[in-house]
Amino acid sequence: MAFPHRPDAPELPDFSMLKRLARDQLIYLLEQLPGKKDLFIEADLMSPLDRIANVSILKQHEVDKLYKVESKPALSSNEQLCFLVRPRIKNMRYIASLVNADKMAGRTRKYKVIFCPQKFHACEMVLEEEGVYGDVSCDEWAFSLLPLDVDLLSMELPEFFRDYFLEGDQRWINTVAQALHLLSTLYGPFPNCYGIGRCTKMSYELWRRLEEEEDGETKGRRPEIGHIFLLDRDVDFVTALCSQVVYEGLVDDTFRIKCGSVDFGPEVTSSDRSLKVLLNAEDKVFNEIRNEHFSNVFGFLSQKARNLQAQYDRRRGMDIKQMKNFVSQELKGLKQEHRLLSVPLLEGFNIRESTSYIEEHIDRQVSPIESLRLMCLLSITENGLIPKDYRSLKTQYLQSYGPEHLLTFSNLRRAGLLTEQAPGDTLTAVESKVSKLVTDKAAGKITDAFSSLAKRSNFRAISKKLNLIPRVDGEYDLKVPRDMAYVFSGAYVPLSCRIIEQVLERRSWQGLDEVVRLLNCSELAFTDTTKEDKASSECLRLILVVFLGGCTFSEISALRFLGREKGYRFIFLTTAITNSARLMEAMSEVKA
Amino acid sequence: MDCYTANWNPLGDSAFYRKYELYSMDWDLKEELRDCLVAAAPYGGPIALLRNPWRKEKATSIRPVLEIYSASGLPLASLLWKSGPVVSLGWSAEEELLCVQEDGVVLVYGLHGDFRRHFSMGNEVLQNRVLDARIFHTEFGSGLAILTGAHRFTLSANVGDLKLRRMPEVPGLQSAPSCWTTLCQDRVAHILLAVGPDLYLLDHAACSAVTLPGLAPGVSSFLQMAVSFTYRHLALFTDTGYIWMGTSSLKEKLCEFNCNIRAPPKQMVWCSRPRSKERAVVVAWERRLMVVGDAPESIQYKQLTIQVLLDRLVLRRLYPLAIQICEYLRLPEVQGVSRILAHWACYKVQQKDVSDEDVARAINQKLGDTPGVSYSDIAARAYGCGRTELAIKLLEYEPRSGEQVPLLLKMKRSKLALSKAIESGDTDLVFTVLLHLKNELNRGDFFMTLRNQPMALSLYRQFCKHQELETLKDLYNQDDNHQELGSFHIRASYAAEERIEGRVAALQTAADAFYKAKNEFAAKATEDQMRLLRLQRRLEDELGGHFVDLSLHDTVTTLILGGHSKRAEQLARDFRIPDKRLWWLKLTALADLEDWEELEKFSKSKKSPIGYLPFVEICMKQHNKYEAKKYASRVGPEQKVKALLLVGDVAQAADVAIEHRNEAELSLVLSHCTGATDGATADKIQRARAQAQKK
Repeated sequence: MAFPHRPDAPELPDFSMLKRLARDQLIYLLEQLPGKKDLFIEADLMSPLDRIANVSILKQHEVDKLYKVESKPALSSNEQLCFLVRPRIKNMRYIASLVNADKMAGRTRKYKVIFCPQKFHACEMVLEEEGVYGDVSCDEWAFSLLPLDVDLLSMELPEFFRDYFLEGDQRWINTVAQALHLLSTLYGPFPNCYGIGRCTKMSYELWRRLEEEEDGETKGRRPEIGHIFLLDRDVDFVTALCSQVVYEGLVDDTFRIKCGSVDFGPEVTSSDRSLKVLLNAEDKVFNEIRNEHFSNVFGFLSQKARNLQAQYDRRRGMDIKQMKNFVSQELKGLKQEHRLLSVPLLEGFNIRESTSYIEEHIDRQVSPIESLRLMCLLSITENGLIPKDYRSLKTQYLQSYGPEHLLTFSNLRRAGLLTEQAPGDTLTAVESKVSKLVTDKAAGKITDAFSSLAKRSNFRAISKKLNLIPRVDGEYDLKVPRDMAYVFSGAYVPLSCRIIEQVLERRSWQGLDEVVRLLNCSELAFTDTTKEDKASSECLRLILVVFLGGCTFSEISALRFLGREKGYRFIFLTTAITNSARLMEAMSEVKA
Repeated sequence: MDCYTANWNPLGDSAFYRKYELYSMDWDLKEELRDCLVAAAPYGGPIALLRNPWRKEKATSIRPVLEIYSASGLPLASLLWKSGPVVSLGWSAEEELLCVQEDGVVLVYGLHGDFRRHFSMGNEVLQNRVLDARIFHTEFGSGLAILTGAHRFTLSANVGDLKLRRMPEVPGLQSAPSCWTTLCQDRVAHILLAVGPDLYLLDHAACSAVTLPGLAPGVSSFLQMAVSFTYRHLALFTDTGYIWMGTSSLKEKLCEFNCNIRAPPKQMVWCSRPRSKERAVVVAWERRLMVVGDAPESIQYKQLTIQVLLDRLVLRRLYPLAIQICEYLRLPEVQGVSRILAHWACYKVQQKDVSDEDVARAINQKLGDTPGVSYSDIAARAYGCGRTELAIKLLEYEPRSGEQVPLLLKMKRSKLALSKAIESGDTDLVFTVLLHLKNELNRGDFFMTLRNQPMALSLYRQFCKHQELETLKDLYNQDDNHQELGSFHIRASYAAEERIEGRVAALQTAADAFYKAKNEFAAKATEDQMRLLRLQRRLEDELGGHFVDLSLHDTVTTLILGGHSKRAEQLARDFRIPDKRLWWLKLTALADLEDWEELEKFSKSKKSPIGYLPFVEICMKQHNKYEAKKYASRVGPEQKVKALLLVGDVAQAADVAIEHRNEAELSLVLSHCTGATDGATADKIQRARAQAQKK
C-alpha cells in the first residue's frame, strides 16, 4: 500500500530557497516604505502570501493593519498605504479612486503599489490616465514560484489559462520565462529540454533569450535537474476534463484545494468547527494515500486507525477517524457515478446514450459547470458535436442555466473546447492515413473504424496510437496499479502523461510525428539537448514538468507512479493547480 | 659628470625646486595666453584655447578661433568660432568641451572639435546674460553654474541630464560677488559667495550666511576662493593678504597664513601630488607664485581606473592601442575589446563619405556577434548623425529585437518597431509601441496595423475590454467581426443598464450582428432572450415577485411554485419547452411543494417521457415512502429492481431480478441484503444463481 519511493530514487532539490528569496524580497520592498503602513492585499494573493510571510513577519516590518483590496472605500487612517496586487486594470482603478478620494479630502499620504509578480505597462498607463501616477510609487515583487510541496511549484496564476487560451493574451509568457530563468539560476542549467505547444514554444524561446543575455550566470554550474518538459494545457484538454478518482484529485474536485490546503466545513469534520488542513508530504498519512485510487483509501485508513492513531499528531490536521468518516460519507457512492460520467465518453461508445445522458443532466439542472464539462468532453473526444446535437444541447443549456451562457458557448468554441463538426469536411491526407491505421488495427471491426473516420476523431486516433485506453482483461486491480491508467480507474491513461513518458523514453520526439501532427503541433514540438558532462546520473533521473495553463492532481499522481516504475522523480511546475470545474469556470460568463 | 642639483633652486629653508620643460607646445601664440580663454581637462586631458574671445571690442574681421591640444601639446582641432560671444570654457568628465555663451547657450564639442549638441541654461539667463560660469564635477557627472547679470545663480548638477535649478536670491546683493565657487556636500551642489566681509551659502532652497571657523579679524573683503578637486577643502584669500585653509564643510580650519601681499591674486588653486599627504594651495600673481601648505593626515585620491584610461584612448581614436591594452590585460571581452569596437563603430558611422552599405558591412565584419556589442547603440549614433537608413541597416544586426524598438520609435518607424516588439515577446514593449502608434496614426490606420498583428491586437483588446469599451466596439466594427460585436452587445445588455427597454435594444443590436455573422443559432437565442425578458418584466408587474434574469427553466418553476400553473403551461408552449424538461421541472416543483395529489394527477396525465423511476426517487428524497411506492409499481421492467430497492422492498426486488435472470441485478439486490431480516432473500438469490450456473 502507498507506494514507497524506490531506494535509488534521486533526491529532490531544496525548493524552500524559493520561499526565502520571495520573503527577503518582500521584506526589502516593505522596508522601502519606512515607518508604519497599512497593507492592502488582493484576495487572490492572500493564501500565497501567507505561505511566504505570515502576519507576524509583516508586523515586524511595520505593517499596521491588513485590508483586502476590494471595491468598498478603505477606512484606513494610516499615513502610508501599501498595495500588494496582481497587475490588473481593475486594481489600478481601485487604487486611483482611493488616491483621488484622499486628494478631494485634501489629504496627503504616501502610496506604494507592489505588483506581483511584475508590473505591466498598461497598469501604469491607467494610473496615469486616472491622474495619480505621480502620487504613487510602483515596485515589483518578482514572486512567481510558490513551492506547494516538496515536488510541486505553482505560479498561482489561475488566470493564465483564460488569458492565454481564450483571449490570446501573451503577457504571462514573460513571467513564465522569468520563472524558468530563476530556476536555472538556482538549480543549474537543464541539459535536456522538451516541449509541445505554442505557448510552450514562445515561453521557451523567451527563456533562452534571457539566458543568453545574462550569459555566464549559469555557465559552469552543475545541473541539478536533468530534464525539463514543457506542455501546453490545450495539448490535452481531455485529461483535465475528467473527474478525478485518486484521493488528492477527488478532494480537489469535491472541496477545492486552495494553495495547498483545504477547508473542511463542520459537516465534514463532524465537529462544530471547520478545519483548515495543509495537504502535503509532511502529513505522513495523507502522503500515503494522496496518490491512491479512492476506493482503496477507506480500507487503508481503517487499518491505519488501529495502528497509528496514538502516534499521529492531531494538530497537523484531520485525525484518522475524521478522515475515515470523510472518506466513507463524502466519497461513498461516487465510484459508480464517476465511471458513468467520464469513461463512456472516453471510450466512445454510445454517443447517442451519452448525449441523452447529458441532456437529462441539463434538464434536471444538476450543475451548470458539470453539464458544461460533459458537453466539452463529448465534443473533444468526438472532434466536435454533430450539428443537431450541438444546437439542441446548447438550447437546452440556455433554457436551464440562463441565456447569458450564449457568451460561454462563444468562448468554448474559440478555445476549441466545444465545437461543431463541420459538415462535409473532407479528410486531409494525414487524417485518411490515420483512419487507415485505425482500420488496420481494428481489423474485423470495420463499422467502428468507419464511424470514427466519418467523425475525424483526432482524440480517438491519438488514443489508439498511444494506447490510452488499455484493453481490460478482467478486473483492474486498483490496489496494484499496473500503469498510469489507475488514476482513472484503469480506464484511461492521461494523454499528457503518456506523451511525457514516450518522449522521455526516446529522449526526443522521434517516431511520434504522427501523434504530434494529430495534436496540431507539427511546428510546436521540440527537443533541445546540450551535451553536459557535468550532469550526474542522479540528476538525469530528475525531470521538471511544466504545465502551462494548469495541471491536475491526477496527472501529478500518474507521473509520480511513472517515476516509481522507472526510477525517475518528477518535479511539477504549473501556472496553477486546475481541474475540470476550474477550467469550465474560466470559460463561463457570469452576469456582472 | 653633471651636477644633478645644478638646476634646483632653493625655496625657503628646506625645500628646493626646479623648472624644466615637459612638452613643447605646438601652439603659435601671437597674443599672449592671457588674452585667451583657456580650459584644461582633468586627469591630464586636452587643453582648449579660444583666441580673441571678446571680438566685440576687436575688429569684426578677426573671428575667435577655437583650438584644442592634447596635454602634450599636439594640436587636435582648430575651428573658427562662428557662434556668439563665449564667456567661459570647461571640460566635462567625459572630455566634452562646454562653451558657455553670453546668452546662456552652451555648445558642446568633442575633443576633436566635432560638434555634439547644444542646450540653453534657460530664459532667465538669456535675458540677464551670463556674467560668469563654472564647470564642476560631481559623482553624477559634470555640472554648470552660471552667475547672471542680475546677480542670480542658475545651476545644473549634470549637463548630461539637464535639470535647471534657479538658486534663491542673495538678500541685498547689488553687485557681483567679489568671488564665488561651487561646493558639493551630501551629493548636492551649493554655491559659496563672498560679498564684502560676508559669506553666503546657497542651496536650491535657501541662502544662509556662514562664517569661517578661526578666521583672523579685520577682513573686509574676500578676493579669491578655491575648492580642491575632491571638494573636501577650501581656501580663501582676503584683502588683508591672509589665506584661510579649511574643510569645505566650513567646520574646520586646517591652517592659515599671512603673506602680506594685499594685491588680488590672479589665480589660486589647490595642488597636491597623488598619494601625498601634503596639501597645498598655489597662489599666483602677475609675477609671483606662492605655495602655501601643511602636512596633515592622508587624503585619498581617486585614481584613473583602467576603464577610464581606455575611455581616454578611445576618445583619442587610438582604437588599436586600446585593444592591445585590453588583450594584454586579458580584460573580459564585454568590458574590453567589445566596448572598444563598439566605440570604433560609433566613430565609423560618422564618416559621411562612406556609403551606408559599406559602413554597415564594415562594422558587421569587424564586430560580428561579439558579446557585449550593442548594435542598437551604434545605430542610435548613426541616427544622431542624421543617417537614418544606416541606422536601420545596423539595427538589423541587433539580435535582441527588443533593443531595436526604442530607436525605431525615435526614427518614427513605428510599424517596424511594432513587429520587432512582437518578435521580442515582451508584451510591455508591444504595448508601448501601440500607444505610440495610436498617437501617431489616424484611427483607421491604427486599426489596420493592429489587424495585421494578431498578438498586438489581442493585447490591445484586453486593455480596451477593461478601459476603453467604445474602442473595443470600433475594433470589431473595423474588422466586420459581427460575431464578437454580437457578444459585445450581449455583454452590454447586462452591464449597468437598468431599464428593460435599453436591455432589449442592446439585445436587438446583438441579434442583428449575429445574423450578419451568419450565426443563426445565436441570433435566435438572443431573440428568445428578448422575448423572455419582456415577459419576465410583465410577470413582475402582474404577479409581483422576482422574474427578470431568471433562466427559462427557473421562470417556469417559479410560476409553478407560486401556484400559477396556467401561466407556466402557457410559457412552456410559447417557448417550446421539450416534454422531457417540462416533466423533470414539474416533478421537482410539485415535490418541493409536497403537493402529492397534484403530482399523482400529473403522473397520470399521460405516459411519462422520463419514466417513473424519477418519481420514486424524488418521493424518497422528500422521505415519502408511501407516495414512492405508488410509483415503484409503475416503473418499467428495466429499472424495476432499482425502484423496489429504493423503496426498501428487497424481497420483491429479488423476485424481479430472479425473474429477469440478470446477474448484475442479482448482485445489486444481494448487496442490499442486510442483517437477519433479508437472510431468506439472500438465500433465495444464491439458489437462483446456483441454478442458473447449472444450466
